[in-house]
Amino acid sequence: MAEQQQGKGMNPARRQFLTDTLRTACGVGLVALGLGLYSRNTRALPAEAIRPPGALAEEGFLGACIRCGLCVRDCPYDTLKLAKPGAPVALGTPYFTARDIPCEMCPEIPCVKACPTGALDPKLEKIEDSRMGLAVVIDQESCIAFQGLRCEVCFNVCPIRNKAITLEFRHNERTMKHAIFIPIVHSNACTGCGKCEKSCILEEAAIKVLPMHLAKGMLGRHYRLGWEEKREAGGALVTPDLPHQYNLPDGMRYEHGGRGLIQSPAPSGEVPSEPALEAIPRRGGGL
Amino acid sequence: MAAVGKNLNPGAEARAKKGWLRASQWLILRRLSQLTVLALFLVGPVAEWWIAKADQAVIVGERTAATRQDKGGTARAHQDSASAHKAVSTAAEDWWIVKGNMASSLTLGVLPLTDPYVLAQQIAAGHWPLTTALVGAGIVLVFYLLVGGRVYCSWVCPINMVTDAADWLRSKLGIKGGARFSRATRYWLLGATFLVAVVTGTIAWELVNPVTMVFRGLIFGMGLAWGVVGMIFLLDLFVSKRAWCGHLCPMGAFYSLLGAVSLLRVSAANRAKCDDCMDCFAVCPEQQVIKPALKGATKGLGPVILSGNCTNCGRCIDVCARDVFQFDIRSTNPPTPRVTQKREVLP
Repeated sequence: MAEQQQGKGMNPARRQFLTDTLRTACGVGLVALGLGLYSRNTRALPAEAIRPPGALAEEGFLGACIRCGLCVRDCPYDTLKLAKPGAPVALGTPYFTARDIPCEMCPEIPCVKACPTGALDPKLEKIEDSRMGLAVVIDQESCIAFQGLRCEVCFNVCPIRNKAITLEFRHNERTMKHAIFIPIVHSNACTGCGKCEKSCILEEAAIKVLPMHLAKGMLGRHYRLGWEEKREAGGALVTPDLPHQYNLPDGMRYEHGGRGLIQSPAPSGEVPSEPALEAIPRRGGGL
Repeated sequence: MAAVGKNLNPGAEARAKKGWLRASQWLILRRLSQLTVLALFLVGPVAEWWIAKADQAVIVGERTAATRQDKGGTARAHQDSASAHKAVSTAAEDWWIVKGNMASSLTLGVLPLTDPYVLAQQIAAGHWPLTTALVGAGIVLVFYLLVGGRVYCSWVCPINMVTDAADWLRSKLGIKGGARFSRATRYWLLGATFLVAVVTGTIAWELVNPVTMVFRGLIFGMGLAWGVVGMIFLLDLFVSKRAWCGHLCPMGAFYSLLGAVSLLRVSAANRAKCDDCMDCFAVCPEQQVIKPALKGATKGLGPVILSGNCTNCGRCIDVCARDVFQFDIRSTNPPTPRVTQKREVLP
């Protein structure tokens, strides 16, 4: 029987080889699948983990960072750390927790200079241009400034003082005689260094640095603010308003001063709109 | 029967004949090399930790003094502690020999070294690295092409000490059998790591790579990496002989590819003197590589071990009482007429 099977091409060595190859391929395939799924999970960077200055967007960063820790070594303030196994951040990648040690915003940006791969973008030349995240006054209910108490610690520790965080004065409706000093964060200046979050006096910070995609909203791409467009263009972009034209019976006219529709013919000195009206070519009976 | 008895204590004859030191010299050098590499990386962090600890009292003192001041004191206190911290870093700066880890490092502030395997994954993920990393990887590639690809495995990688220990204990306890993997599994895994990098656009293998995880852990803080060390030890001890380094590790597979063309090789130059004691087979982590070189004379095969899987660990040189093996250069292998030595399939 065995010889017959062999005669049919059932070479046991070949069979063994195929089985072994398939076995290995299946095992490795499973590992690869698990790895792929796991790598997708790790892209969800927790909101409290902030990447170093100049870090590429998370997806690009995970493709570029080789987890060498040179940025961590060149950080003079021990701000940066590498994710240990078990941390909720992709294994071995650098991050910091603002509430523990914020970024001191070194003007020479040693972490970016240390990066050998470009995961921290070398095009970042001024630390003020970095956008590690964005500070958000996330809990107005517990921020004591909103209670009318003087605090302003976040405003004062901000390295880009009075630009990234400004104070807005509001009337204190409770005492009816004091002002409320409300911290307002401006995304055009805030680097997300986290010094405000670090120094927030509350038990749990009311101002927190969040990743840009969580902190920012976005207008619809088609949306334009008329006044902005007008300012940029130096004039109205739509047809200038003409005085409204009425198709009224003879002898009637509309008086905008408040009298409305009136019957009497216009007073001799009050016909400036009439010539303009006549200048527009009429089509058919109406306008 | 005699051979089996001897293999329970491979190298005994060599130790008796050549003396303990000569019968263990490559093993000792290898351990020294592994520990030296680790030590070079650790000098900086340990010095920094030491100096910071010494200066801690100063920093705390300054901070409390500053916070006692009135308004604006908080900001100033922060600034003071920050500058004190910076001073500590500067003081420790002199102690840095090697910064970073095996993935990429900077030695003495000038020499960049980058793991070509990790860098290749980065390129597969779709990110072209900066020149620094490319130069670093080039230097490392040239180095291993000269001294043997898997010199990384046996002379540098810290996991090697774990798996060697597991194998030693395995033979001491007489554990046999277990799961059977093909030695080619590592090449499949190597391919899979690149495939996943391409598909996900991330360096996915580095999320789980035990080799880089442990090395990074030793320098930057282990976390749960001890668990991974333990798992690999148990895998090699109970599940399968030489499972990790000899069958699975894709990093080893990558360096095997370099080893297949690298210059420095082990050669069974005096194979005529072999008395079939099997000691070299007993200690070799990649047993399949020995036979073609040692026993291939009749088939027209040269004495140089050509397989890239050979780690150049030199243990066979140590344990051979007859000095059959020595380090040699690939080109000294006499040309082999028809039969190629490339394929030695042994599970």
